[in-house]
Amino acid sequence: MKNSAKKTAVLGIITSVALILAYLEALLPPLMASVPGVKMGLPNLVIIFVLYKFGFKEAVAVSGIRLFIVALLFGNVMTLAYSAAGAVLSLILMALLKKINSFSTIGVSVTGAVAHNLGQILVAVFLFDTIQLGYYMIILAITGTIAGVFIGIGANILIKRTSSLKI
Amino acid sequence: MKISKKTKNDIILVAVILLIAAAGLLVANLTRLEGNMVLVKIDGNVTQSYSLYENRTVDIVTGDNNEFMNTLVIEDGKAYMSDADCPDKICKEHRPISYSGETIVCLPHRIVIEITAENSVPDLDAVA
Repeated sequence: MKNSAKKTAVLGIITSVALILAYLEALLPPLMASVPGVKMGLPNLVIIFVLYKFGFKEAVAVSGIRLFIVALLFGNVMTLAYSAAGAVLSLILMALLKKINSFSTIGVSVTGAVAHNLGQILVAVFLFDTIQLGYYMIILAITGTIAGVFIGIGANILIKRTSSLKI
Repeated sequence: MKISKKTKNDIILVAVILLIAAAGLLVANLTRLEGNMVLVKIDGNVTQSYSLYENRTVDIVTGDNNEFMNTLVIEDGKAYMSDADCPDKICKEHRPISYSGETIVCLPHRIVIEITAENSVPDLDAVA
């Protein structure tokens, strides 16, 4: 992409879409009341889209700005630590999987979802010194995989439909 | 319809994750013990412990100026958080816990409620 002003503007809009999806997701009732933390991961749709349409650097920027703004608006330093650990691990693994080019967006998305849960649980285990949270991780791995499949299918459709768009 | 190599890899990936999770669940359920103690950990340190078989309601006060409060209820061999003044109230939604190793976590107030089994025998109901 040559026009960097346009690119900045488009990425800005995309970041705001990710923020709105995160907000929307927070408004919805919990998917499983007995297991808190289970969610669709709608913002990951945006991150995968950026990863495929723009690249790793841009995905890091969108993800980082999104985390920062969410923490500023709705959270605190603690919640930032959790979401950052999840997001960093998730993004690195998704970028690696995309690079080896053996999986579709579904595989990438599933890996991202499970890595996101894993990152957060690792921070919790570290902070609370409670290895028993591993049981919780197993549940999250299952729900994350299911959510990841749907987000991956969505991302696939999104990338195909916008293939003719010059952004 | 021909399944592409990528789709095949996706399916393998999903299957492997689910298999590992299923194996983990199986191991966790087979090795679990009925708990008999309730530990309250704040910032990773055990601050209180109670018997799981004595009904009681405990107020857990945290924060630098004692500004936060959670209410832990121990009832009929199960423990749950009946109230919390944090914004997300995720711990309140957690189902009651009774098996050794089960936890309820309140992230905003850095509280972990953990069930332990001291000198306990494996779940007899499972064999009887």
